[in-house]
Amino acid sequence: MQRSVLAALTAGIVLSTASVAVAEPLRVGMIVTLSGPPAALGQQAVDGFQLALEENGGQLGGVETELLVEDTEFKPEVAQTKVRALIERDGAEIIVGTIFSNMLAAIFKPVIDSDTILISPNAGPSVFAGANCHPNFFAVSYQNDQNHEVLGRYAEDQGFESVFLLAPNYQAGKDSLAGFKRHYTGNIADEVYTPLGHQDFSAELARIAAASPDALFTFMPGGMGVRLVRQFRQAGLADRMVFLSAFTVDETTLPAQGADALGFFGGGAWAPDFDNEQSQAFVAAFEGAYGYIPGVYAAFGYDGAMLIDSAVRSVDGNVEDTQALSAAIEAAEFTSLRGDFTFGSNNFPVQDFYLLEVVEREDGKFHTSIVERVFEDYADVYATECSME
Amino acid sequence: MHDALELAATRPQSAALRSYAPALLIFVVLALVPPIALLGPEGYVLSLTTRMMILAIAVISLDLLLGHSGLVSFGHAAFVGLGAYVTGILITEGVVDAFTILGCVVAASALFALVTGAVSLRTSGVYFIMITLAFGQMLYFAASSLSAYGGDDGLTLWNNAQLLGTGVLDDPRGLFYAVLASLIGAFVLVDRLKGSRFGRVLNAAKSNPTRVTCLGFDVFRFRLAAYVIAGVLAGLAGFLSAVQTEFVSPATMSWHRSGELIVMVILGGMGSRNGALLGALAYVGLEELLSTYFAHWKLIFGPLLVLMVLYAKGGLGAVLAPLTGERPRG
Amino acid sequence: MSTALLVVQVLNGLQLGLLLFLIAAGLTLVFGIMGCINLAHGVQYMIGAYLAVQFYAWTEHFGLTILLALATALLLGLLLEIVVFRRLYERDHLDQVLATFGIILFVNEAVKVIWGPVPLSLPAPELLSGSFVLMDGLLYPTYRLAILAAGLLVALLLWLVVMRTRVGMRLRAGATHPQIVSALGVDIGRLFMLVFAFGAMLAGFAGALAAPILSVEPGMGDNLLIVAFVVIIIGGIGSIKGAFFAALLVGLVDTLGRSLATDVLKLAFAPATANQIGPALASMLIYILMAAILWVRPTGLFGARTS
Repeated sequence: MQRSVLAALTAGIVLSTASVAVAEPLRVGMIVTLSGPPAALGQQAVDGFQLALEENGGQLGGVETELLVEDTEFKPEVAQTKVRALIERDGAEIIVGTIFSNMLAAIFKPVIDSDTILISPNAGPSVFAGANCHPNFFAVSYQNDQNHEVLGRYAEDQGFESVFLLAPNYQAGKDSLAGFKRHYTGNIADEVYTPLGHQDFSAELARIAAASPDALFTFMPGGMGVRLVRQFRQAGLADRMVFLSAFTVDETTLPAQGADALGFFGGGAWAPDFDNEQSQAFVAAFEGAYGYIPGVYAAFGYDGAMLIDSAVRSVDGNVEDTQALSAAIEAAEFTSLRGDFTFGSNNFPVQDFYLLEVVEREDGKFHTSIVERVFEDYADVYATECSME
Repeated sequence: MHDALELAATRPQSAALRSYAPALLIFVVLALVPPIALLGPEGYVLSLTTRMMILAIAVISLDLLLGHSGLVSFGHAAFVGLGAYVTGILITEGVVDAFTILGCVVAASALFALVTGAVSLRTSGVYFIMITLAFGQMLYFAASSLSAYGGDDGLTLWNNAQLLGTGVLDDPRGLFYAVLASLIGAFVLVDRLKGSRFGRVLNAAKSNPTRVTCLGFDVFRFRLAAYVIAGVLAGLAGFLSAVQTEFVSPATMSWHRSGELIVMVILGGMGSRNGALLGALAYVGLEELLSTYFAHWKLIFGPLLVLMVLYAKGGLGAVLAPLTGERPRG
Repeated sequence: MSTALLVVQVLNGLQLGLLLFLIAAGLTLVFGIMGCINLAHGVQYMIGAYLAVQFYAWTEHFGLTILLALATALLLGLLLEIVVFRRLYERDHLDQVLATFGIILFVNEAVKVIWGPVPLSLPAPELLSGSFVLMDGLLYPTYRLAILAAGLLVALLLWLVVMRTRVGMRLRAGATHPQIVSALGVDIGRLFMLVFAFGAMLAGFAGALAAPILSVEPGMGDNLLIVAFVVIIIGGIGSIKGAFFAALLVGLVDTLGRSLATDVLKLAFAPATANQIGPALASMLIYILMAAILWVRPTGLFGARTS
């Protein structure tokens, strides 16, 4: 403990005495969840950011950049202490985080209060898209609801007569079903909530079979998704209804789901077969470096780095002026893996959303693939509640 | 038991003072933290030490049950969470006066402790452990389903509590000293309780409840009172934690947290004078230190705990025993 | 709810119960006989699952995989007993909590370092990969029946061993009067070692068995451990019979609760309110059950003594 405080103190002193010399590196603090079952998502974000940094020769915007990674341990108050450490002890000028909405809620105030830029590589909860939006907060990903809305829109367009809804019993689960219902007006066969971290879905699958809907819509991130998909397939339901989902079949879960997820649908703003040059180059480079197919978490980590790159370049490396930096980020003059990139009035992206389907690649690995565009230049519904300007 | 009583009675004044030395030293060092922190990353140091102190309050309250009364509560984090939620909900609803909030926190945690304690204390031993766990889990699931107040995502507080209309609690230094004062208060209160008739009855009931009952004491009532006091103190820790983090979350009352609190008590040395305080500070400090230098710090921290049990019986309190003159407990 | 659906749910509940029993059996033995709270029992379940995934990758044979996983889980159990646990039996419950908590931290992290944080999976064996129609539109995988059968078989074997063999007699005697058994010349240390390793193997077996229907990930045993504790408390500590019936009870209550709670509440409340309270209530149900049982019987259903 003493050593850590001592180290912290010296770091602080060094920092406060050093001027903004040319040699001073840019410090980007990344805070994601790297503990417990959801660690895979955070790891992707770190790997994606790291790749961008390496491709740029260790520089962002022409400035030597140091990436400092901290783990939230999935505990709100640990996240808070760590983010304070990043800003005050390590002198991070930009914070990139988090994966999960509840962790973002925990670090939001300390980061914003310290007049530091906060960029989310994934979490996009409604509170920060709407009433509590802030000029220094950017989501490079999406507003959470939008991914669920894609499936709702698709179910509506397909004219499904009845859909069964299944989600974990927590806020994100409830938001998910609300997002789906925003566009789907047909009959809801039933709405079932399971405990978080649910193991055996046999009871729920029996109810789904009894209800016999046209489609199942579900939101089961991480290990829950793995279990649901496999048990859904084993119960023979895959042949009887369409499987619609958000954050349930993605590149973090597909290695375990494998062929059981074939033909299942998801929704999102990017997939590894996104049809542009930068995405293809990114996927190839990423697989070469880390040995697995990148998902959206890695892609948005990468985009986050590229966004910072463009902004730091446009302020000539002068990151001390938060207002100027924030304006440069808002301009978003970079080519994202999703093509041209624009922020809406609430600093959340305005972008296209696609229906994704699980496919098998020639080498036997599985990934999500773009089927069709469902929304074009789509802004989230909370943007109107945001009064930043 | 009798030996301990006699020893306490006949021990010279200086020896008694010596046993307070670690706590005194810690309090003095803590009081000096804010001015020293000015030299470095102030907010980080203050946030870390404030978190340590808040946890220490919860751990001290748990030690009253665990170390002193032999009541192993596996649901203690629920009280911390309850205090935090009462605070969070009141602030969200526009009640910001710290004393009003505190009143409600005390009332809520006392009530919850009274009801659950009355049920739990019918059992003993490991059954008590599990029934307190059950109540903790119930509160956890209840908080997770409070969608009006953030549900599982937790609740960000956009205002903070005001002490007599001032923003003292919103200022990291002000909050630091408020927490330090609460910590000293909790330490003194629990220490006094342990030494009082009340505490001696509890401690005697720990080793032989039947004999204590025969002596004419209603053991159940004494234990219930201790359970309520510990619950209220933990609720206070919850209040402080909500004020510090400006955020409340059901995660604070999951069984993992209750387990961690127990681990901190044992790490410090159960029932010893300074153990709970030491345990909380050491646990958070060690975690912070290791996680700063190693990504996979749990690979070191885990075996460290095992070694601690195998070779440092009685926790940190016992390690310090030769210095403090306290007799380690078996 | 139709009769067919009810039957399916009861079957599902029994299957969950038997899986819980496999985990709870070792836990209750170690607890009841050695008086040792083993929080690390959940990670032993996880280790079983990971071992199965690893051995399957090497052998590509399910039966062989299970055998190898069982043997390795047994060996790891022995190792853990020799290095750590035999020093813990004489200790206070709380020392055991602290040490086994440390083991949890270590093993969960080690598993993540070795196999990575991404969930893994294990295919069901060819022979058992079929399924049959249970009710209209719902297939019941044969593999789940195999779990049911395996659980029942283990229960029967345990009962035979404990009630009908010499080792079982020593076990029962050792649980109640360790000093006397020791004085009679029985090597109580070796007996404890065997029980512990056997418990670890059972947990590992449960993990390997569950791998084809669940997902294999770090920390997968943590929450199940708490439910297993609920089971042994309801059953009464140290009682295999208690663990068996309590496991079935918990499995049924949990499964039926989840499918019925919201519907039942809809009779009394508005659907929105029912949807709000129902799932939370369903999650609490087993804890409410435990609190209620302890209220009536403070030492569990089949528990004779307080520990």
